[in-house]
Amino acid sequence: MKQFRNMAVPYIVWMAAMIVVPMLLIILYAFTNKGNDVATIRFSLENFARFFSDTVFMSVLKRSLYIAIVTTIICILMGYPIAYVIANRSEKSKIFWILLITLPTWINMLVRTYAWMGILQDEGVINGFLGLFGIGPITMIHTTFAVVLGMVYNFIPFMILQIYTALTKMDKSYLEAASDLGANRVQSFLRITLPLSIPGVISGITLVFLPAVSSFFIPKLLGGGQYVLIGNVIETEFLTSGDWNFGSAISLAMAVIIMISMYITKKVDNDPTAKGRGSN
Amino acid sequence: MKKEKKSLLSKILLGLTATFFYVPILYIILFSFNSSRSLTKFEGFSLRWYEKMFADSTMMAAVAYTVIIAVLATIISTIVGTLTAIGLSKSRKLIRGMVEQVNNLPILNPEIVTGIGLLMFFSALGVKKGFLTLLLAHVMFCIPYVILSVTPKLRSLDPNLADAALDLGATPMQALWKVIVPQIRPGIISGALIAFTMSFDDFVISYFVTGNGVNNISILVYTMSKRVNPSINALSTLVILLITVALLIVNIIPIIKEKKGRKLT
Repeated sequence: MKQFRNMAVPYIVWMAAMIVVPMLLIILYAFTNKGNDVATIRFSLENFARFFSDTVFMSVLKRSLYIAIVTTIICILMGYPIAYVIANRSEKSKIFWILLITLPTWINMLVRTYAWMGILQDEGVINGFLGLFGIGPITMIHTTFAVVLGMVYNFIPFMILQIYTALTKMDKSYLEAASDLGANRVQSFLRITLPLSIPGVISGITLVFLPAVSSFFIPKLLGGGQYVLIGNVIETEFLTSGDWNFGSAISLAMAVIIMISMYITKKVDNDPTAKGRGSN
Repeated sequence: MKKEKKSLLSKILLGLTATFFYVPILYIILFSFNSSRSLTKFEGFSLRWYEKMFADSTMMAAVAYTVIIAVLATIISTIVGTLTAIGLSKSRKLIRGMVEQVNNLPILNPEIVTGIGLLMFFSALGVKKGFLTLLLAHVMFCIPYVILSVTPKLRSLDPNLADAALDLGATPMQALWKVIVPQIRPGIISGALIAFTMSFDDFVISYFVTGNGVNNISILVYTMSKRVNPSINALSTLVILLITVALLIVNIIPIIKEKKGRKLT
């Protein structure tokens, strides 16, 4: 089977140029100061010291992580039942519902976020509807609720699709075997379906948590100009204040924090599913 | 009785899901026909925002760039990603592990980090920001998703099948196209779908790597949404229409093919 090995070579070269080099540039900028020439390069930790000693930046970082975690949990709690129900429908119905869920993801994220701006206004549809019952108006736009809602709305399709894929990939004969051996529905769900679908949940988490923690247009559109998350800080450093060194340092710090949390997620995943995969 | 209750519950869940997903979309479509500038009150039917949109050359250019980039990036990344994933599945564990680690970087990395990395990379090379940098960036972040979605399919593949094909006299190309690819097709299709979605939807990376007047729909909406502009709704409605048609075609063709295949067997 060595014939196919070489097919990976072009991508390895491409990967070195397009993925590794830009990462190295970020690291280089993060550890140096503004105005340094390549000839007179001097490394320093000044950028990081400035970031981690500033209480404003720290509260922004905390808020970003909090919102991303809440978004991810809501996506799992909502996404799993939806994926499960769809995966258990007839073939035609499956295609229909997956199409229905995929369709909005093809429509621009900014456009979908923009739509919520109108819906969540004080004089928008939700408050209009609540007004019929004499409730409200409740302020929703420019709140944490609006930001989390915008994130869940934008990112949950990825969670559903990942879990759905894991569930349909599952060999249904396991369930038959379990019921033949006397397991009830709850048992076979907990001991077969759930463990086998965990890899889907994990890749779902990857696809939801990451964009959520770094998103900068959702807080800007739904949270208002005052609602600053870590992504907004980076955007400002690169496009407004032009301090690439400090911006790189913040990005690097954020990337490292995220990688650590992903690593922990993967480790947690390895324990229960090791058994599930082993039985394949 | 129990089953009926369960199917009722699942129907309610699916109904709520559809409502949640489609209310904002229907809202955009409805307000694209609004005669006033308001985004909260519908004051009458009119096509003025469509007229404005079609007359706006920057909007039309953004639509064209978005579609061209998404199609090119999907084709390139699906082919490269699939071949790479197959190549890796036959490679030594050490190389495979290393490549997978690096390949995961753009996925594990927040988009904004990838964006600024590429921004600095292109500026270090002296490449002018524009169409080329936008396309390169899109291919760069699409390939990992294709690999990620194809690899699990390869893992559950019986390696003996391809060996058997080769033993029976198939060329490596034939083994690839007739044995491996058909079995991992669902992974390739979902990879291509994710790649297209990612490219079509991308704002963050594009925002940092483009320039020279080359904008996609996202960047246009971002810059326009700072003030109320209902032409955005008209543009979105157009996009929704185009994509619905495209998705229907993509999804109906396999069903027709399958039906024909069943008749033959």
